[in-house]
Amino acid sequence: MRGNRASLEPPARGAKGGGFINWFKFASPQSFYPLAGKMIPWFWGLAAIFLVVGLYISFFVAPTDFQQGEGYRIIFIHVPAAWMSMFLYCVMAGWAGIGLALNTRLSGMMAQAIAPTGALMAFLSLWTGAFWGKPMWGAWWVWDARLTSSLILFFLYIGFIALQAAIDDARRADKAGAILALVGVVNVPIIYFSVKWWNTLHQGASVAINKAPAMATTMLLGMLIMALAFWMYAIAVILTRVRAIILEREAHTEWAKELPEVKGANA
Amino acid sequence: MKAVLAVIRRDLLLAARRKSEVLTALFFFIIVVSLFPLGIGPEPALLRKIAPGILWVAALLATMLGLTRLFAPDHADGTLEQMALSPNPLGLLIAGKIISHWLTTGLPLVLLAPVLGIQFDLEPEALGILVVALLLGTPLLSLIGAIGAALTLGVRGGGVLLSLLVLPLYVPTLIFGAGAVEMVVSGLSPAGHLSLLAALLALAVFFAPWATTAALRIALE
Repeated sequence: MRGNRASLEPPARGAKGGGFINWFKFASPQSFYPLAGKMIPWFWGLAAIFLVVGLYISFFVAPTDFQQGEGYRIIFIHVPAAWMSMFLYCVMAGWAGIGLALNTRLSGMMAQAIAPTGALMAFLSLWTGAFWGKPMWGAWWVWDARLTSSLILFFLYIGFIALQAAIDDARRADKAGAILALVGVVNVPIIYFSVKWWNTLHQGASVAINKAPAMATTMLLGMLIMALAFWMYAIAVILTRVRAIILEREAHTEWAKELPEVKGANA
Repeated sequence: MKAVLAVIRRDLLLAARRKSEVLTALFFFIIVVSLFPLGIGPEPALLRKIAPGILWVAALLATMLGLTRLFAPDHADGTLEQMALSPNPLGLLIAGKIISHWLTTGLPLVLLAPVLGIQFDLEPEALGILVVALLLGTPLLSLIGAIGAALTLGVRGGGVLLSLLVLPLYVPTLIFGAGAVEMVVSGLSPAGHLSLLAALLALAVFFAPWATTAALRIALE
């Protein structure tokens, strides 16, 4: 195990081929750190633009729903959050799998950085869902397929974070977390469908969103722009967090000590 | 194959020498199940309705009790490292350990469940399906639990963490297992739920020992 680690460190640093970006170069925390630093302001900027446009459409342009009144506007937060929570879990598991297969250090850091944002999104989708459910269904919580699977997804995120936090050795934490993330990602579709089948027995009327009358185009547009805003926000936050993780883990290295922000803080 | 049998035989022998550990989990199962009628009230119609869920949840919790002991003693005395170093593939040896875990915790639950089901006034047919569902489901619990046990091996606060990791993964088993019995209680065919349970078991038999082995290698590193 230990022998092949050295050989699998950033494979070819700086070796550029044929004008393409050498993606492997950025697999090393050292070269990814400044790249992430350069990208973060852009993603924050994009997030702000999409957020302003999206919120404007969702509050002022989108028409009032003829069934649900103004209350439906929570969809513009709720749906993007729910999408992100599922998508981020898959991305996290993807990074975890890459880390496990190629033994790259950055992958584990990325997975670790994604988890809190994913958990936040899962929580946000549950919370906004409850706020939406109370006026529409008259209940804060229903044991519906989507709700239950989101709840389990939230638990999976919490489990991943707890496992990583419980293991002191960063490399071991990465690998153990990776296995858990991969097992969890196998479980996600199973949970989603299982609860669906389970509930068809108990609940006559489904409250799924796709059964509502077709959406107005402006509503859909607003939702998609809000989803983009969430994406950009997630990327910006994850990159910021991964930079912090890199600094934490690479604090002993020379290049980290030479960084102006580290030097400035120590001086 | 011989090595697998040897591991099973050894773990069963160890369990037989320390009967109290196996019996604790069993009595835990019995007591938890018996607490519900006391807490909810002894109305037969209500009890019949909640019986599948309660029996399954209690089975989940009882399985969890034994999981912390699945690898921890072997890890502490170095047996696990010897297993990793042995010429036999570690995955097979681990499969043997998981089988013996099922034989000592899962199988007794399956055998006891009908007796407890009678307490809840379940029909004979429902009791039969309960046994079948548990027969398919409890190995699944051992297999999934082994992954969690391997991941939390030697980790601080491992026991609590184990439940946090494993219980969400148990959800499909719970849903299909309890669902199959509920189907019978409400007069429908449980075949669909049982097939799905069997499918999950097939999936877990293939993947879980592999994931467990990977997790153990990380813990041993």
